[in-house]
Amino acid sequence: MLGLTDVYAYYGAIEALRGVSVEVKTGEIVTLIGANGAGKTTLLMTICGNPRARQGRILFDGADITDRPTYEIIRRGIAQAPEGRRIFPRLTVMENLQLGATTAPEVHLARNLERVFTLFPILKERADQRGGTLSGGEQQMLSIARALMSEPRLLLLDEPSLGLAPMIVKQIFRTIGEINRDQGVTIFMVEQNAHHALRLAHRGYVMVNGVIALSGTGTELLANPEVRAAYLEGGHG
Amino acid sequence: MTTSSLASTASIRRPPRGGTTGGGLGGAVATALADGVIAAAVAFLFTLPLVGLRTEIAIGGLAINTRFVEVAVAVALVFLGRFGLSLSAAGYPVPVLAAALAVAGASLAIDFPTAPLQLIAVAGGLIVAMIAGWTAYTGRSTLSRAERQKRMDAIGAKVQVWTIWLAPIAITFAVLLPFLPFADRRFLDIAILILTYIMLGWGLNIIVGLAGLLDLGFVAFYAVGAYSYALMAYHFDLSFWACLPLAGLFAALAGLLLGFPVLRLRGDYFAIVTLGFGEIIRVILLNWYQFTGGPDGIAGIPRPSFFGLAEFIRRPRGDDVAFHQMFGLDYSSLHRMIFLYYLILALALIVNFFTVRIRRLPIGRAWEALREDDIACASLGINRTNIKLAAFSISAMWGGFAGAFFATRQGFISPESFTFIESAIILSVVVLGGMGSQLGVVVAAFVVIGLPEWFRELEQYRMLAFGAGMVLIMLWRPRGLLSHREPTITLARRRFGRAAAATSGEAT
Repeated sequence: MLGLTDVYAYYGAIEALRGVSVEVKTGEIVTLIGANGAGKTTLLMTICGNPRARQGRILFDGADITDRPTYEIIRRGIAQAPEGRRIFPRLTVMENLQLGATTAPEVHLARNLERVFTLFPILKERADQRGGTLSGGEQQMLSIARALMSEPRLLLLDEPSLGLAPMIVKQIFRTIGEINRDQGVTIFMVEQNAHHALRLAHRGYVMVNGVIALSGTGTELLANPEVRAAYLEGGHG
Repeated sequence: MTTSSLASTASIRRPPRGGTTGGGLGGAVATALADGVIAAAVAFLFTLPLVGLRTEIAIGGLAINTRFVEVAVAVALVFLGRFGLSLSAAGYPVPVLAAALAVAGASLAIDFPTAPLQLIAVAGGLIVAMIAGWTAYTGRSTLSRAERQKRMDAIGAKVQVWTIWLAPIAITFAVLLPFLPFADRRFLDIAILILTYIMLGWGLNIIVGLAGLLDLGFVAFYAVGAYSYALMAYHFDLSFWACLPLAGLFAALAGLLLGFPVLRLRGDYFAIVTLGFGEIIRVILLNWYQFTGGPDGIAGIPRPSFFGLAEFIRRPRGDDVAFHQMFGLDYSSLHRMIFLYYLILALALIVNFFTVRIRRLPIGRAWEALREDDIACASLGINRTNIKLAAFSISAMWGGFAGAFFATRQGFISPESFTFIESAIILSVVVLGGMGSQLGVVVAAFVVIGLPEWFRELEQYRMLAFGAGMVLIMLWRPRGLLSHREPTITLARRRFGRAAAATSGEAT
């Protein structure tokens, strides 16, 4: 579904991605783990065209999206719940969700709302509340729900567990599983919480300093001694 | 004078020292005296050079005149005010209330060296009396900042909920206004001026309040509209009604043209470049003599007719019918005034209606999203460039309409009318009102435009009213008078998009 071949991306003169190749197949949950500053977020942003890949190719459903503008990439069926959630704090939950539906047909609005309210019932209770007044967990749910409103085929998640209490993290990961299993949305997820992410994912990649260092199925990576030493026993998990 | 009033405002804001009754009456008086002396010293430092010394043109150069009496009176007033406030805060509000009222009353009777000093004495006495009265009534000196913020926010939110009732009342009042007994020529003139700025404010609100882009060059589009109408009327003899849509169109095109290069920029850079464009337009108008008449301006711009049917003149030419003949009235020069008033009222209401409606459409919501977080906006598949361009050119279009109206009302335009200060005034109407609030623009236009006009008799001191209004708003409502934002949709209505919640008054 999504294929990156030998992608390079820069922030000014700084090389953030150095020849990254990643593949996400239809129906999978793929996770990308790595330390702070490894380039995980940059990779997700590059898929959406900001910053652009300076070299390499990004294919989505067989079409080259490397040089397409962001809004066009989103219109093709990719949605992102960006790093730090980035909900609209002064707009209500409902307005946030409506904005998520910008690229979806308007007649599907009610159905899509129903769908995200089933996944996150708390959002229905909070519908008329301002985004900024929600708790961290609720904001993360809103961010994911907002992304889902566009009926994406591929959902990009950037650290959905960031800054959340362990209970909420569990709940969020459970829901991500549901979105994939029951709704057939392919998921590509960046995480620091390697333990949870690898248990949930079908496959995973490990990124170090802008290159992919390891890849394998979730169970393989969980068992890998290097991964264990670097990401699982260092206080995470 | 300005400084002494500022000094007294500043000392009012200062939290009272020792809010509890510390050492009885003696201690309280001592503290109050100390407070008063400090405030008076500050006032003295400010007023001595600014009020006390005055340069005047004399034979053979400048001469310095001294005005020490004024300084002494100003300092004494500041001392009395601070002393009274301090004493009132220390637990003796009732005597202070009486004394302050007495001072205010006495000030009315006594001759002051200058009229503004008298005004300050009377107003200051009343303010101190009010504060003392409030303290006596509630038993507390001041509210904490957070408390006050909360109360003000609650009032702001309430006012916005009341908009549903207030708006029809205000509009009815506005419609009836020309027929009220006190509506003379001067009154209508101020009303037209205020309405012009309300319209401009509502126009600018789209780009500043909704889309969150700080446009410092809005006056450019106002100028484009005004000159489009003036030049088309001059060269092609087109009527106001034919030119009005064209003026809007040209302004929108100008917005589109300027928008393309500008909208790649963000934040401060955007503001600076729009500021530059505003100046460029003005400089072009000033220097392209053959086309615009340069600093001479364009005179004899035709006045609007009654929808092309009749003119507002005493003796119509040939077979034409004048307005007063058409309706069998006696000729009065007020007719045109009243017509202009209704014209700008209608234009302003159209802008308002448009904005209120478009906020509920996807594009309006996208503007607000852009203001909140433009990266998130992009991640939702919103084409930011198009959205910004739309906001920019729609805003410009309303500016253009207002410009055409300005040209026809004045009958004469020149680049003088389109300086940066105009942009700044329109922007302050939007910002002081509370960005994005329609009602706020109305209130702020009254404060920013109405107050200085109303106090025109005070000549240069009228800017005092403007300054005082600004200071008070910035102190009490730093985010604007009505900064509360109404949601455009609520779940309770169960209908999404379009007209949903059009009447919803629920604040969350």
